[in-house]
Amino acid sequence: MDTFLLEAMINGILLGGVFALLTIGLNLIFGVIDVVWIAYTELVMVGMYAIYCLYSGLGLPLLVACLIAVAFVTVLGALVHFLIIAPILDSPPINQLLATGGLLFFLQSFATLLFTTDFRNIGVRLPSLQLGGMFISTARLLAFIVALIAVTCLYLFLKYTYWGLAIRAIAQDRHIIGLMGIDQRWAYGITSAIGGALAGLAACLLVLQYDIQPFIGNSFGPIVWMNCVFGGLGNLVGGFLSAFIVSEIIAISGYYISTDLSYACAFAAFIVIMFFKPRGIFSK
Amino acid sequence: MLELKKVSAGYGAFKALFDIDMSVQAGEAVGVIGPNGAGKTTLLRVISGLIRPWSGTITLNGQEIGGKPAYEIVAAGIAHVPENRRLFPRLTVEENLKIGAFVHSARGQLRERLAWVYDLFPRLKERRNQLAETLSGGEQQMCAIARALMSRPTILLMDEPSAGLAPVIVDQVFELVQRIREEGFTVLIVEQNIQSLLDVVERAYLLEVGTIKLAGTAAEMREHPFVRTAYLGM
Repeated sequence: MDTFLLEAMINGILLGGVFALLTIGLNLIFGVIDVVWIAYTELVMVGMYAIYCLYSGLGLPLLVACLIAVAFVTVLGALVHFLIIAPILDSPPINQLLATGGLLFFLQSFATLLFTTDFRNIGVRLPSLQLGGMFISTARLLAFIVALIAVTCLYLFLKYTYWGLAIRAIAQDRHIIGLMGIDQRWAYGITSAIGGALAGLAACLLVLQYDIQPFIGNSFGPIVWMNCVFGGLGNLVGGFLSAFIVSEIIAISGYYISTDLSYACAFAAFIVIMFFKPRGIFSK
Repeated sequence: MLELKKVSAGYGAFKALFDIDMSVQAGEAVGVIGPNGAGKTTLLRVISGLIRPWSGTITLNGQEIGGKPAYEIVAAGIAHVPENRRLFPRLTVEENLKIGAFVHSARGQLRERLAWVYDLFPRLKERRNQLAETLSGGEQQMCAIARALMSRPTILLMDEPSAGLAPVIVDQVFELVQRIREEGFTVLIVEQNIQSLLDVVERAYLLEVGTIKLAGTAAEMREHPFVRTAYLGM
């Protein structure tokens, strides 16, 4: 196998880490609360601007800025639930879709108002790692490692804590959850906060790789949504794996065809697969 | 212990229960019988807080619980085994039991409670790492009852525990109910299988179109001419 292909494939896997974070966050919210957060990747945009303000503006150390940003987006996630979703929980899904769609435009416009549409960056660029004849992006490697650690922590939380158990149970049967002594509002609030935390963490990892602008969420939103559907909506493991499969499709098609067309190739593959497996590639 | 006074409830514009008066004493087993659509399930749902009463009062040991959310009512001591068991299919048996011990008073005693229900239902211990969806119907009912017992309720509500099970298994389920009774639990059971139900309860109510038509001891119900012709087919 030639080194360039190998390099593309390794970078593809590394790219998958952040996608996996976002896919799991969105999938968790969808699976547990049964609502579609159209504005999910806009939370990432907010997180990136938060880091920009704290680091470039206030001059805080990068790590501190990142921690504050994660906390901020975590709270924002809970607020999105309690202020926007909770009041319309029993409304038809289309209303919930419109409400979070409205949030998307609100956040994008608000960011434009505050920061204009200029591209900003925090001026931190990690060097590439040279390995054999290959160049591996350190920022992506870091993102991949941190994403895996975060996903592992989430897994342990869902598997071994009472609230984690409650969150998994709600995804399976929400109507009797009260009979178990579980306050559904809390479970939804915690789920949304976790979704926010994952978006905030993704913001920390992406701010090292991309410039910040009000519409950066559009660059990730469609692909994250596609990952969710690809792996089966609400299926966390499926979403996790499909994040890597999709980013590998992007990387390999970028190598063989053209980087400009790599996302288009991923979407084309997605459309074809949906004909055969409309409920996700891991559906039985 | 549990007391309902003039309780009415329903769904949307549809009223399903009309001024229900009912009581269950500590240590007692009480049955509710009646045809499909009589409001039996609604009655349990209103007691456990899954739906709110429209009017009337529900008290547990003198404390008003009517209209409280379900999660507070569990903590107050009422556990509800819902119709069709409703286990969480993709959680293991032990996880299903663990979630039954979610209420604060139960969490600290998870180990003891698990040991206790495994002692009551050894079959569940054998299957504790299996997903609940892989259990047979009878085992699922066992697991659903055990899950409800994990909160150590003062009163256990059971909705059609024999529904959808093979006749042999139905007998086993009523043996289970008998065992729970011997453990000293107070139970309120809704059932269509009237013959078997009257063997395990002391008193029963007959519910028809949302009102209590008859009430009496199990023996009285069995001998009542109306019950005999309409429900026991004699």
